[in-house]
Amino acid sequence: MEYEAVIGLEIHAQLLTKSKIFCACSAAFGGRANDDTCPVCLGLPGALPVLNRAVVEMATLAALALNLRINETSIFARKNYFYPDLPKGYQISQYDQPFSEHGWVEIPTSERDEQGRPIEWRKKRFRIRRLHIEEDAGKSLHEGQDPYSYVNLNRSGVPLLEIVSEPDFRSSWQAYDYVQYLRKTLQYIGVCDGNMEEGSLRCDANVSVRPKGETKFGTKTEIKNVNSFRFLQKAIEYEIARQIEILSEGGQIIQETRLWNERESRTYSMRSKEEAHDYRYFPEPDLPPLKVNQEWIAAIRSQLPELPEARRERFQKQYDLSMEESMLLTQTRSMADYYERVVQACGNAKQSANWILSELLRELKNASVDVANCPVKAEDLGRLIQLINTDTISGKIGKEVFIKMFETGKPPDVLIEELGLQQISDVTKLQQIIDAVIEANPKQLSSYKAGKTNLFGFFVGQVMKATQGRANPQLVNNLLKERLG
Amino acid sequence: MTITIDDVAKIAKLANLALTEQEKTAFAAQLSAIVDYMEKLNELDTSNVPPMSHSTLSAETYLRPDQPRKSLGTETALANAPDAKDDHFRVPKVI
Repeated sequence: MEYEAVIGLEIHAQLLTKSKIFCACSAAFGGRANDDTCPVCLGLPGALPVLNRAVVEMATLAALALNLRINETSIFARKNYFYPDLPKGYQISQYDQPFSEHGWVEIPTSERDEQGRPIEWRKKRFRIRRLHIEEDAGKSLHEGQDPYSYVNLNRSGVPLLEIVSEPDFRSSWQAYDYVQYLRKTLQYIGVCDGNMEEGSLRCDANVSVRPKGETKFGTKTEIKNVNSFRFLQKAIEYEIARQIEILSEGGQIIQETRLWNERESRTYSMRSKEEAHDYRYFPEPDLPPLKVNQEWIAAIRSQLPELPEARRERFQKQYDLSMEESMLLTQTRSMADYYERVVQACGNAKQSANWILSELLRELKNASVDVANCPVKAEDLGRLIQLINTDTISGKIGKEVFIKMFETGKPPDVLIEELGLQQISDVTKLQQIIDAVIEANPKQLSSYKAGKTNLFGFFVGQVMKATQGRANPQLVNNLLKERLG
Repeated sequence: MTITIDDVAKIAKLANLALTEQEKTAFAAQLSAIVDYMEKLNELDTSNVPPMSHSTLSAETYLRPDQPRKSLGTETALANAPDAKDDHFRVPKVI
């Protein structure tokens, strides 16, 4: 029997506010354990929460970017459970009246071949059920045989967005492309740094399978503990295969939470639904309903930047790029900005793309530097491309100059001057060099004259060698042709 | 009786309370009486009345500016903890 996977995703994104959601403690990452705490985020009796304005602003931005409908009134609710990193014994979240509902994204997605290369990009719409506001819990550490757990409440009360998709994904790669896109969008609008390894973006996946053609959902399992995009894709893939195997052997799926174990590349059962929590949600009596009016929404809408997919599409059309190129160049907002500044400086979109995607990306990767901190200014890279196009330097020397630009941060004109790398386009000077080369190679000359015309390349090479590659290649060709007859 | 002894046992478990059998029986009776009393409200038609979520009905939601303030600091935060070590609250292992 042929099976089909049904996947839904739940994403938690830490917001980049300065202070926590319900108190004025710093929300910064790291620092001494339990240092950024106060009665509110420690859950001390009598402390009262006060909502942070920036949280509502960022939630509004995110909801608009993901096409969600913002509820004019949303209600905070208590989600009750006991865990040492949850000092109040409940998490303030939203439940039956969330901040926003009914969103969607329409994004390119593709299956991948065995080497992980995309096969065919196709645009697909994925629906988003809801986006709501909640607080993060603290962090528990457990070490080896130590009979204790250690709790750090610096993270307690850090603002989160929970973004829940509809079960619209049919493969692990669709899920992967969606999470990548969501992360990119949250980064573009500046509300989340999107670091999965550090946990500022976390993702849980609900996975079930059903016979192809069936409309009812199968029993699902929830995968947690995935801290990279690639692991998420692998964990979903593993889970689909595991469930299909059970079903084809006539077995039944147990509804449970499963943890991804990267070392063994498999998921493990964490707890079955029987022990699962009954959260007893109820409206948070310490916070009034959150009201957001149309003026507020309009004001924030006007701050929305061009979103990644719109920008990618525009790049593809306006700059005549391939799908692949446009995706890479819009990967981050700083990359897209950088690209457009290079294009503006040199006037050539294709060459700008080529330089960034080959030379620049390689150097950035080797130096582990983000394009936002790139030592080469976009205007300088544009200027370099111009210098090549106007034959001031050759393409080959251009690449050397670029490496120096990356090392020193100096503009290309300065470096070319300093290193004496200007292209030699002086005809008299080149003729002298050509004469010298011919004189030094009489044997090759007579072979050439005798008909071995493929020795032409040899002479070009000798001239380039004599000028350390600085001779204008086109001019050398012409002059050599004249000289050799 | 609206609330059974099993209901009380379940609520107690979720609330991390250890109740004796006598307590369970007593609470089942008391909770039932409370719930029955509240049932009286159903005699009124409230279908067009929005739920009152809060006693202070202000038109605007008060929002705090996003400005961090000095926190308590690790020592004070841990001062009343039953057990602490290396700047952390220490609790029985939970994994």
